[in-house]
Amino acid sequence: MSRNMRWAIVLCLALIILSIVIACAPAPTPAPTAAPPTAAPKPVARGKLEMFSWWTAGGEADGLNAMYDIYKKTYPTVDIVNATVAGGAGTNAKAVLATRLSGGDPPDSFQLHAGLEVESYAPDKYLQPLDALYTSEGLDKAFPKDLLTLLKYQDHYWGMPVNIHRANVLWYNKKIFTDNNLQPPKTWDEFYKVADTLKAKNIVPLVIGTKEGWEAGHTFETVLIASLGADGYRGLWTGKTQWTDPKVTQALETYKKVMTYVNTDHSALTWDAAAQYLVDGKGAMHIMGDWTDGWFTSKKFTGYGWAPAPGTTGVFDALSDSFAATKGAKNQDNLMNWLKLAGSKAGQEAFNPKKGSICARTDCDPKLFNEYLQSAMKDWSSNAIVPSVAHGAAAVEKWATVYKDILNSFATKGDVAAAQKSLQQVCVDNKMCK
Amino acid sequence: MRRVSSDRIIALAMLTPSVIAIAIFVYGFIGFTGFSSFTNWNSLVPDFSTVGWRNYERLFSAIPTDRFLLDLRNTVSFTILFLIACIVLGFLLAVLLDQRVKGEGIFRSIFLFPMAISFIVTGVVWRWLLNPGTVQTGSSGVNLLFEKIGLGFLRWGWFTDPTIWHIKPDTGLGQFLVGIGLDGIASPYFGVPVAIFSLVIAATWQMSGYTMAMFLAGLRGIPEELREAARVDGANEIQIYRHVIIPLLQPITLSAVIVLGHISLKIFDLVVSMTGPGPAFATDVPAFFMWDTTFRGNNFAQGAAIATILLVSVAVLIVPYLINTMRTEAEL
Repeated sequence: MSRNMRWAIVLCLALIILSIVIACAPAPTPAPTAAPPTAAPKPVARGKLEMFSWWTAGGEADGLNAMYDIYKKTYPTVDIVNATVAGGAGTNAKAVLATRLSGGDPPDSFQLHAGLEVESYAPDKYLQPLDALYTSEGLDKAFPKDLLTLLKYQDHYWGMPVNIHRANVLWYNKKIFTDNNLQPPKTWDEFYKVADTLKAKNIVPLVIGTKEGWEAGHTFETVLIASLGADGYRGLWTGKTQWTDPKVTQALETYKKVMTYVNTDHSALTWDAAAQYLVDGKGAMHIMGDWTDGWFTSKKFTGYGWAPAPGTTGVFDALSDSFAATKGAKNQDNLMNWLKLAGSKAGQEAFNPKKGSICARTDCDPKLFNEYLQSAMKDWSSNAIVPSVAHGAAAVEKWATVYKDILNSFATKGDVAAAQKSLQQVCVDNKMCK
Repeated sequence: MRRVSSDRIIALAMLTPSVIAIAIFVYGFIGFTGFSSFTNWNSLVPDFSTVGWRNYERLFSAIPTDRFLLDLRNTVSFTILFLIACIVLGFLLAVLLDQRVKGEGIFRSIFLFPMAISFIVTGVVWRWLLNPGTVQTGSSGVNLLFEKIGLGFLRWGWFTDPTIWHIKPDTGLGQFLVGIGLDGIASPYFGVPVAIFSLVIAATWQMSGYTMAMFLAGLRGIPEELREAARVDGANEIQIYRHVIIPLLQPITLSAVIVLGHISLKIFDLVVSMTGPGPAFATDVPAFFMWDTTFRGNNFAQGAAIATILLVSVAVLIVPYLINTMRTEAEL
């Protein structure tokens, strides 16, 4: 017994020591505030630029490297370090990034979706506002006005958008449409007619993959835009439109009906596995962002056409990747040079044709881009721009996550009333609705 | 007279580092997670103001999302099915191998090999095998096999099937439950999602060999005299198993339940690589939800609450077993 007692005492002591250690642990000290590596900004920039980007493969990595090349030509003595963690659409990297930011050891710049996703990085604590840079580089004139509104959070700009993707695109297999004498549907009513014809011929009318959980929310936001229009849809995220609106009910009903036309194995597929149906000529349509264009190209598939998703002609459902500047960045001058490049015409023209997206600026040379992207550029400068929720632009991350969960449930259960009640509740939880 | 021998001191010195390390990295962090689950730390910036049980309340409410309630249903369904499948299959395999078959070593290895593979690999392979294909474009994987050998009626949606088996409120039993005020039980929250069977199949494929090894060791430990004695008493083979062997294997069965049970409560990698959350979260599990909400949604306190619930559920399973084992050892 005495032996056990002694061990118990040892254990207790260890625990006491531990609790003292925890109690006395120093609070994470902020990094020494911007001690510039060189005393004064000399003409020759030196040192490092620490980047944090999960574009490590494919066209996006090529695009990023093209921008790095320009940077290295201008500042040959600066060493660009990419400190990322590869894989998983940035989920792994984000976890590491969160630790580094809160631990006071931030990389100089990292990648995030433009728009309200920035809220989850606590910008007033961890990021530098870029308003001065926007003015000095004339960006408030180079970007469309709708984009500028979308970029502002708490009245400041927090990121430098490098590209624009469009979410509301209907991709279709041209051969199937000409063989069956069909036109891509402009409204959801037209869609049902087209889909019924295709269904009778044993072709999957609309393909979708919902394995990763965001795809259902992505498709539904295009239905919301069709039902509410650009202004009504924007209002959903600012509290001007209530989620109890009958038009939201209508959107849910439409979506429910649309889901009866999709491939039955959608929960087993990712979006690209679903797009394979189009390549194989087994599926007719796919509503997905315009990264699909690059994916088709990589598959050497050319028989595809595109149109705005049904009911969304004249609306550009946008998402954008941007680079942020962290507070306490160790290489401030190099960082600012990088952001200037990322926002510049030269930088965006180098990056976007490779990434398969269009410039956030409206003055890029269309000749550098392929046919689809040229049409997107035209729409970008003329359409009403609305933010995508499935990709971080429209709502804070917490809201977007629950939105996706609700839609993932709804895609199978189809309980309209419950889904609408939940959507309203999450709006209330985020203090936008009453 | 107290005398501390040098042996004692050395032993103590050897043990102290690991005791301290475990105290900090296991118990310290458990404590920190538990503490976090009561805070408002639901963004990137740590916010340690306490909010009581709010994180837990949110998990157990159905609006805006009932994901956690569905996760609990899935975990319970998965655990029960997985335990039954593994133990029955493992026991049968062990009994068959115990018949002193030729090439026993080869069979033993074959049944044990799946254990050497990680759940990630198992998940990917079974996802390919069980991917159902579509009505319009034809079957794939196992469904295609069924079709080719004329068993087309066996095709089904596997892990893409959103059906939930539960007591319907309009059946006799359902009406009885509603009558006594237990209408909650006659809802999909107390059902079995059929998509979970696919996960059970994959997990059983991996773990039944291990269960077999445990049972085989147990069977070999039962002295032949006991069987002889039973035979002399006129018992047939089935009676021998029923009244002699199975009761003697009870400690093995308990160990198997504990080992498999805690694996199934914590299961994560298999779900990630095989099914994801599934249709309407039919194959979602708490560990997956915890990862999602913590690292995608930055809801650290919410994630900590899920982690705490997971820990408690595993502890409920394991602690009584540990106490029991220690008591038995002390008696020896």
